[in-house]
Amino acid sequence: MNENARLQDFLGGMRAIAPLIAAVIPIGLVFGAVAATKGLTPVEAGLMSTLVFAGGSQFVAMDIWTHPASWVGVGFAALLVNVRHVLMSASLGTRMGGFGPRERYLAMLFLADEIWAMAEFRAKVARLTPAWFAGLVAPFYLAWVLSGIAGAALGAFLGDPVVLGLDFAFPAVFIVLVMGFWKGRETGAVLFASGAAAVATQHFVPGVWYIAAGAVAGLVAAVVSGSRRGVEVAS
Amino acid sequence: MSVDPATLLAILAMAAATALTRLGGLVLIRHVALDGSRRKAIESIPPAVLMAVVAPTALATGLAETIACAVTAFAALRLPMLVSVALGVVSVASLRAFGI
Repeated sequence: MNENARLQDFLGGMRAIAPLIAAVIPIGLVFGAVAATKGLTPVEAGLMSTLVFAGGSQFVAMDIWTHPASWVGVGFAALLVNVRHVLMSASLGTRMGGFGPRERYLAMLFLADEIWAMAEFRAKVARLTPAWFAGLVAPFYLAWVLSGIAGAALGAFLGDPVVLGLDFAFPAVFIVLVMGFWKGRETGAVLFASGAAAVATQHFVPGVWYIAAGAVAGLVAAVVSGSRRGVEVAS
Repeated sequence: MSVDPATLLAILAMAAATALTRLGGLVLIRHVALDGSRRKAIESIPPAVLMAVVAPTALATGLAETIACAVTAFAALRLPMLVSVALGVVSVASLRAFGI
């Protein structure tokens, strides 16, 4: 691939992630502001966003933060919140034919819900290239880290994002993406199983188990409906 | 502007746990052969995960969120992503402003 095509791919990735950057900046500011109330300095909040780069687990960590910090507690919580990444990376890994072996692992270290969803979406319509993926990651990563630092520095000066409805930007993006993954009745079964299991688990089990429960239920529904179809064809 | 050692250790533990989950799937698919039904299962992961993340917001948070999710989903049938998302955000903010 020549330089020009690579640049075009990089810019294409940046265009695809642009609306999500507008959505992530307020969330990053809120994360920083919450971190400041828990006694983290802007440097510490920025370090967490830089090294962890996983919003959900960072918010959960702030929820259970203690003084001094318990590395066992927040480490285990991060594992639990982010266990969905295992499924996401297994799925995206099958789409990375255009990546070298090392590039694959390096790219996967920047896996976040939004980046993953955009990359999966891209892979449906075109070959996913490292340059396109980098175009997703670079601005999103920078926006997350810088907005976190700014939030920690500004602290309580920020308004309430709930009033502005900005907390709804991410669910809204996910809904648009779910609609795009529709492939007929089989997808309906997956969505129904996943949604029902997630809502039930969230109602009865504290914490973030609902994401794993929903994902596994959707997976099981896909396997069951797939094998039933196999039997129909065989008989 | 110093970094507390216990905080640093906690951040590193979170980073290590998260990296493990990010690389885990790649390692998994290297060691497990992907035949027809397994491939089918892997292809169902994107909608399953997205739905699991969004379902409690859509169905069990409040009427404003449920309505806004329906608006967003309906808009997504015809309109570009950014417009659909903006419609969802505006709906949820106005519904909340009316106390729904």
